Amino acid sequence: MNDVMIKIDSVSKIYTLGQIGGTSLRDELQRRKAKRKGLDDPTKKIGSKTYQVGEKFKALDNISFEVKRGERIGIIGHNGAGKSTLLKLLSRVTAPTSGEIGLNGRIASMLEVGTGFHPELTGRENIYMNGAILGMTKSEIDRKMEDIIEFSECRQFIDTPVKRYSSGMYVKLAFSVAAHLDSEIMIMDEVLAVGDMTFQKKCMEKMKNVSEQENRTILYVSHNMNTVRQLCEKCVVLDHGTVAFIGDVEKAISIYLGISTSQRLYYDCDTLPREKIVDGGIHMRSVELLELTEPTIDYSGDFTIRIVYRANKHYDNLMFRMIVFSEQGTPVGMTASKDSIHAINGENRVDLRFHLGSLATGLYRGRVVMYEVNEYGAEILHDVVHDAVTFFKDNSKSYTNTTIAWKQNVWGNIEFPETEVIKCENGSC
Amino acid sequence: MSELQQNFKTVITSEHKMFDLHLRETFEYRDLIVLFVKRDFTALYKQTILGPLWAIIQPLLTTIVFTVIFGSLARLTTADTSGDFIIPGFLFYMSGNICWSYFSGVLNATSNTFLNNRATMGKVYYPRLVSPISTALSQLISFGIQFSMFLVFYSFFWMKGGTSIRVTPMLLIIPLLILQMAVLSVGCGIIISSVTTKYRDLAMLVGFGLQLWQYGSPIAYGMSMISDRIPSLMWLYMLNPITPIITTFRFAMFGFGYFNLTFYLVSWIISIAIFVIGLVQFSKIERTFMDTI
Repeated sequence: MNDVMIKIDSVSKIYTLGQIGGTSLRDELQRRKAKRKGLDDPTKKIGSKTYQVGEKFKALDNISFEVKRGERIGIIGHNGAGKSTLLKLLSRVTAPTSGEIGLNGRIASMLEVGTGFHPELTGRENIYMNGAILGMTKSEIDRKMEDIIEFSECRQFIDTPVKRYSSGMYVKLAFSVAAHLDSEIMIMDEVLAVGDMTFQKKCMEKMKNVSEQENRTILYVSHNMNTVRQLCEKCVVLDHGTVAFIGDVEKAISIYLGISTSQRLYYDCDTLPREKIVDGGIHMRSVELLELTEPTIDYSGDFTIRIVYRANKHYDNLMFRMIVFSEQGTPVGMTASKDSIHAINGENRVDLRFHLGSLATGLYRGRVVMYEVNEYGAEILHDVVHDAVTFFKDNSKSYTNTTIAWKQNVWGNIEFPETEVIKCENGSC
Repeated sequence: MSELQQNFKTVITSEHKMFDLHLRETFEYRDLIVLFVKRDFTALYKQTILGPLWAIIQPLLTTIVFTVIFGSLARLTTADTSGDFIIPGFLFYMSGNICWSYFSGVLNATSNTFLNNRATMGKVYYPRLVSPISTALSQLISFGIQFSMFLVFYSFFWMKGGTSIRVTPMLLIIPLLILQMAVLSVGCGIIISSVTTKYRDLAMLVGFGLQLWQYGSPIAYGMSMISDRIPSLMWLYMLNPITPIITTFRFAMFGFGYFNLTFYLVSWIISIAIFVIGLVQFSKIERTFMDTI
């Protein structure tokens, strides 16, 4: 038996940009006529910036890689990297412009949950429907019917039309069908980002189980790095239609995050989301990471930022704090200045040094806050800027990371200082 | 043959062979066809009190309207050939109407194959031909109901007597006629659906075009209207592939009327030609229609 399940051989997919087709024949004729006379496109919206008609866009540019039997591969990349295009080609929704893809075995593509569900049909009828669309035969579905109903947790409603289902039930039922497919290759496009947490977890387990026990191949696309970490054992990073990296999950994720933060060290605060504050006397102009060539901070966690801000009067007791958020947007911790900052009316500058050594490996965002404590001890917020700094904490040189990758979903975002082994005794005490 | 084709069961390439029609694959998805038919049929009549009775009501009303307007008021002939045949107008119009409603129903529905199913087809692969085939089959159920209604009226008039209706062995040709209608309508439908993935204009024309086509076919009037008045253009009229189907249908049911083997065979040739062109076009478009639709 051939061990390579999917072989992608120099595949490209080219889309034509601008408005071609999709409108009407008359528009097309007008456009051609105008083009011949060298006039502007008459059907183009005035003032809209459109691409030159006929300009090509390479969604996938000469991609090649192989996937072996039983592998669970995560495909990550920022928006527009070509992930969905790749999945569409694999699931044969559209054909490549050049190149070949070889598949050994049936593919079940779950680019969406509940494809083909009809609202008027009952849950049971829809299981047949959806199963058949995904390529199962009726006898196969009959055999799995009980398992599917059991897994979906919808037994009570199985003979009710799905239009009466809650969205959660709908998704659970749809996923259950897909999870019970007998196909050798499964393709999933963020379908697990639905349903409640317990069900998501159940799905993850199920996928992992079928892959391990029945040696199925799974391709999983997601922006949620935690689920990628949980499910996949290998990752492909796509960037602008090319393969940027194939291999270890953590390495791939850090490469992906590097691509998506696009190496920024300087932030113009006026382009960032900021909290509306009445009478805010301070306006932060920019935040800059100093002494770094890329926004990656080593395990020591020491780094300096420079904030340029404008004050509308003289301040003696300004304070600063930064709230650190994880990649998923949950607050991880806060750090504040102990000494107050002096500001004069007009342009000011302040350099701040952080010591975030306990942050675990991962991507973080900082929300910066400038405030004042008045004579009664109350806090007056002056300016709050979200996502003012984005950085990647790289602990690969710390004591833990020499041997194992940091499991963010299990261990959290804090890597406390090393545990000391102070006494070892052997034998009976 | 490339290395991939030797080692892999399925190969997805950019190249497309003209006669790569996925027919075997379509056959493997026969369960899906059955389910689509069931879905179309049950979903259509869900939450209606009369249910499938609606399939009868529509052609029945049309027939009554035809009988009143074309029969009683306009007094158009209901004879396919000149001769002393007596045929109840009601039965005449109904026979044409049920055939036409099947033909136009399938054509209309299949001409929207890509447009209506793009949500599903954009997410998962199944042989695209499954859709038009199941449409033709689910419409066949409605046709079956309508045909039974026709048979009820047919036996009523036959037993009542006073008409020229004869039961002949020609009745055996009916299944062949139904098949031919299916082939022709699916052929036309999938050609239109392939062309309309890029330009929707043709889809707008379908409704109107079908109406014109109906007047160009002997449904509201008998064939003798053409053969008596403009016999020189008869051959042109008979090139309309649906015309011989309908006249032959009436000939088979009533035991008299117009039947010309040459025209009938020509109609088969045209139907098959349209069907094959449709298949080739369809399988070419289905590969990348998601990019242009």
